[in-house]
Amino acid sequence: MSAAPPKPQRPSSWTVRVREAGVAALPPEKLLPDGQPTYVASWIYVFGVASIASLVVIITSGSILALKGPAWWHYTGVGHFFNSIHMWSVELFFFVMVVHLWGKYWMAAWRGGRTKVWITGAVTFLVAVPTALTGYVSQQNFDAQWISTQAKDGLNSVGVGAFFNVTNFGQMYSYHVLLLPLAVVGLVTAHVLLVRTHGVVPPFELDKRAVALPAAAAKADGSTAAPAGGAQS
Amino acid sequence: MNPVGVMGAVFNLNHPAHTVDWEFIHLSVANVVVIVLMLVVFALALILPFPGAANRKRGLS
Repeated sequence: MSAAPPKPQRPSSWTVRVREAGVAALPPEKLLPDGQPTYVASWIYVFGVASIASLVVIITSGSILALKGPAWWHYTGVGHFFNSIHMWSVELFFFVMVVHLWGKYWMAAWRGGRTKVWITGAVTFLVAVPTALTGYVSQQNFDAQWISTQAKDGLNSVGVGAFFNVTNFGQMYSYHVLLLPLAVVGLVTAHVLLVRTHGVVPPFELDKRAVALPAAAAKADGSTAAPAGGAQS
Repeated sequence: MNPVGVMGAVFNLNHPAHTVDWEFIHLSVANVVVIVLMLVVFALALILPFPGAANRKRGLS
């Protein structure tokens, strides 16, 4: 009788642990799949992708504005153009994101263990609101002065004015070009990775059938089975 | 007249915003137009068939 072969020694460094946890949570075929279930062929998902596309335009145009500064975006033709691109891409971002959010709300997209997917999407919308507000008050014009003084009164009236000052350009500009965009991009990244991990929520009918069929089979043979996913296209 | 001047002649913005007032609700007309457009686009997203969706369901993709 021979002894069992020794288990190969695995390095216990944190990089290995992070890699193994990452691959276990999101294997490459899930991260970049070959296909999606047939029910993903819906306009609602186009609005999710359009949100990401407009966010890319927002970040790109915002980076150019940050590089060139207020005198450029106020007094040159190209500066006006990029200022407008930045503002209208924000309008588009909110428009398409809200349509996507409505669609997912009525589909109850938090079903099947997708709570974090829903929460990261909804919180992205909530964080995008102050990101836009700090942009409006960072314009360096009379519009910004008007908006910041109105916002100051509104925020003071709900008792949060002690934590930040919307009439402080330096503070609001830092929020707008660094802290809040980091939060939005981080949340959107987490949202997309969570969608990849959990898959797109199936329609109500398919969800009911997926739960009912294994339950019926389990009743017949006395075993237990996990609900099945949707058909792949 | 330059293009900006033409736009200014068509869309005269040199006045206080027009608003819609109903009880405590106070909205600019521009915001009401955007909200209505969002509702219309949402309805169309539900109603309009997605290109190729029928073929996918039949397994003809």
